[in-house]
Amino acid sequence: MRRLVGLQELVGPAVLVVATALVGTLVSISTQGYFTDALVKVAIVVALYVFVGNSGVLSFGHISFVAVGAWTAGVLTVPGDVKPAIMPNLAHVLRDRTTGNLTSLALAAVVGGICALVVALPLMRLSGLAAGIATFGVLEITHNLLRYEERIGPGLNAFSSVPETTGLRQAALGALVVVGVAFAYGRSRFGRLLRATREDPAAARAVGVSIYRQRLIAFGISGLLAGLAGGLYVHLLPVNTESVYLDLTFITLAMLVVGGATSLWGAVVGALAVSALDSYLAVAENGSSFFGAHIDLPAGTRVVIVGALMAVVLILRPNGLTGGRELRLWKR
Amino acid sequence: MTMLAIWNIDWQVLADATALGAVYALMAVGIGLVFGVLRLVNFAYGQLVMAGAFALALASQWGWPQWAGIVLCFAVVLVLSMLMDRLVFRPLRGHSPAVMLVATFAVAFLLQSIALLWFGPLGKIATSLAYLNRPVTISHVDIRKITIVAVLVAVLCLVALALLLERTTVGLHMRASSMDFQTARMLGVRANRVIGMAVLVSGALAAVVAIMLTVQTPLVTPDFALRDTIIVLAGVVLGGMNRPIPATLGGFAIGFASGLLGGALPTNQSQYLPTFLFAAVILVLLVRPGGVFARGNAVERV
Repeated sequence: MRRLVGLQELVGPAVLVVATALVGTLVSISTQGYFTDALVKVAIVVALYVFVGNSGVLSFGHISFVAVGAWTAGVLTVPGDVKPAIMPNLAHVLRDRTTGNLTSLALAAVVGGICALVVALPLMRLSGLAAGIATFGVLEITHNLLRYEERIGPGLNAFSSVPETTGLRQAALGALVVVGVAFAYGRSRFGRLLRATREDPAAARAVGVSIYRQRLIAFGISGLLAGLAGGLYVHLLPVNTESVYLDLTFITLAMLVVGGATSLWGAVVGALAVSALDSYLAVAENGSSFFGAHIDLPAGTRVVIVGALMAVVLILRPNGLTGGRELRLWKR
Repeated sequence: MTMLAIWNIDWQVLADATALGAVYALMAVGIGLVFGVLRLVNFAYGQLVMAGAFALALASQWGWPQWAGIVLCFAVVLVLSMLMDRLVFRPLRGHSPAVMLVATFAVAFLLQSIALLWFGPLGKIATSLAYLNRPVTISHVDIRKITIVAVLVAVLCLVALALLLERTTVGLHMRASSMDFQTARMLGVRANRVIGMAVLVSGALAAVVAIMLTVQTPLVTPDFALRDTIIVLAGVVLGGMNRPIPATLGGFAIGFASGLLGGALPTNQSQYLPTFLFAAVILVLLVRPGGVFARGNAVERV
């Protein structure tokens, strides 16, 4: 029975992901893209939650691992015959190897995880503002290197010709995997210890919890999931360095905080709620009718409204839409 | 100079780096002042500068005289910072630093997208002060006037600020609040007044920065000063966030360093400037997490 009570915290997020995918199958192909995109965002935000939510330390660097994952999966899956045309300066090792979809996703996760661990080894000694700025530094460095290192990717250009395998099904499955891992981590000894350090660092330290080690583990797992999400992303649309930089960092952090940063449920709700609003406005901007209502917004109002609404939610509900609590259907 | 010459640093590069450091020092004080009283990292500070720069660009487009443009710039930035304080900072006062930081993120994003909607991605050009870009020759070295003006203005602003903080009652209140806000309030410091004052002074500094930056980069786009803000934030944290002098020194140091690196790196490596800069930032943070000039260790949770 206790196991079931625990598992219910997985039910909410999982059902929401599946429901989004199912609704996505009902709509037209052009609208389906928004649902797929929202599911990839869920994967990114949940990856972010694993570290930020459980540790209470803000990280601006996670989109670096999304970028690294996207680069890995992208470089490995561009068909061999067009590779030299798109990426003329690619290193030989990468030029001669092409892998399938699943392998590329797995490798994206592995590379993301390794990068996160390498970054975390020194950085997890920091906390507070210093950690925030240092992770921002990681984002800047990754962006800068990917932009100009043409031996490992397309540089300034977008990843064209990557097989677009992230449809609704792959996005939903990917998001489910990420949610599942995040849930398992949260229920594990490590997740609980990390949350203990978030609630009361002094007490946690006093009972022998190593804050450094717990944060390191979470950062690694979080990087792994972010890498996977990056892989999903590059298979969805032609990613370039700008699409995995400040804007994505901002929107995913905002999704997490709007939903409620301290719960998995909040991460999923935040990602889906902001995505839904954003997509609805995008449709409205194109001037088409949507659910019977015909709205015609001038181009560019979408970002203004999303930004304003996010600020309003943060001011009125600083703990997020879910209050940072998990969804509980019944109490124990 | 001979040793520096190998790294192709000359007086010109030094002067430019000093000027950049001076402007960044002003931004650092602006961010640090608000952080002192509110414990809030204002990520939207760069957008205040951007708004001021657009005011200047519009004024020069309308053919307004120089002084009118500067007045408009100050008016826009000050009104905007007061609105920001009233609508965003005040409701969020006392919330966790993470929420406040993300909220200022949202405000930054909002202001930037409003600018994008209003002025388009190509931006506008502020020309009225462009003559400051002309060089003057001091003992065979050509130095742009703006570098001298920027350094002078920064020094003036900092002296004025130091006088305000050290010699006036409201300055005393501000210093007391940034040491311990609760105790300061119990001793009769009015929270709204002291915060309002800090926000206004920080806004005025943003307007000054907007004027300096538009001379150096006349093309004003919606992401104007965004990169500068990120770099200055790194500098402020490097210096030590909650005291004005370390914050200023941190801002100056990172501006000077990025100016120097920009001049010193050979062309094929200068594209990696952010990598070098932020790698240095991370290294310094690992050695001195509380800031280079910090005493003791102040633990701040974000």
